[in-house]
Amino acid sequence: MSVLRERVTLVWLGLVVLTCVTTWGLSKDLFSPAVAVVGIFLIAALKVRFVMLDFMELRNAPIPVRVAFEAWPILVAAMILGFWFATGA
Amino acid sequence: MPVATADRVKPRRLPGVDGVWVAIGADSVIFAILFMTFMQDRLKDPALFEASRHSLNMNFGGLDTLILLTSSWSVALAIQALKRDLVERVPRYLLGGALTGLLFMMSKSIEYFQKFAEGLTPATNPFYMWYFTLTGIHLLHVVFGTSLLTYVWVKSRRGAYSSLSRVVPECVASYWHLVDLLWIVIFPLLYLMKAA
Repeated sequence: MSVLRERVTLVWLGLVVLTCVTTWGLSKDLFSPAVAVVGIFLIAALKVRFVMLDFMELRNAPIPVRVAFEAWPILVAAMILGFWFATGA
Repeated sequence: MPVATADRVKPRRLPGVDGVWVAIGADSVIFAILFMTFMQDRLKDPALFEASRHSLNMNFGGLDTLILLTSSWSVALAIQALKRDLVERVPRYLLGGALTGLLFMMSKSIEYFQKFAEGLTPATNPFYMWYFTLTGIHLLHVVFGTSLLTYVWVKSRRGAYSSLSRVVPECVASYWHLVDLLWIVIFPLLYLMKAA
């Protein structure tokens, strides 16, 4: 078992890169607030999905359980963005 | 041929025991409700939330995220090693998970002390009430998870786990990944969400 060849290692690297993009990239004033916030929360939802599928091993979970858990980041991101746009309107 | 194909298909299963997944699901729903209530409060005074957000150090939040991701990765490696009966590697990966949990606690403590030194407390305004509530409840999860990781680390050093006996470490690992994914949402919610 080579750590570098493990899927969880590739996922971890991807998550680290995405974290750097949101924390030290999208949060800066290079982008409009709407682009930054939508980008930040879509990336957060994607990160949560990969933590669920690959770290929590839900990729191979019974389908109803996997669907229920995968719905969580989608619903949470949609709720947060919905409120955010409602606040700005 | 169909029989051979069926033999190769991995049966779908949840790591650990079903009860842990009920707890994880319930905790996720509770946090989703907390996030919604935070957003409702933010709706009432977005300017106050935006001004208060600027006092948070997003470098701390970003580093905390990297610490927890690395911790989760280390614990995931422990479970992969366990599945392959590479039991001599398991303690070191679990120790990595526990130590990075401790690192997160230290980082949060420094951040809290800085806030208190600046006179910022949960009573300062609604944003700080939410900041201390969300990060505080999450920190309790980290403390509990780190304790569990320390327990399975000690047990793994004594050779208690193998590919056929891995229910307890799988339960602990699943809980620890929940702690990671909750922070993935809490961090941008408090530190990064700009005003429109």
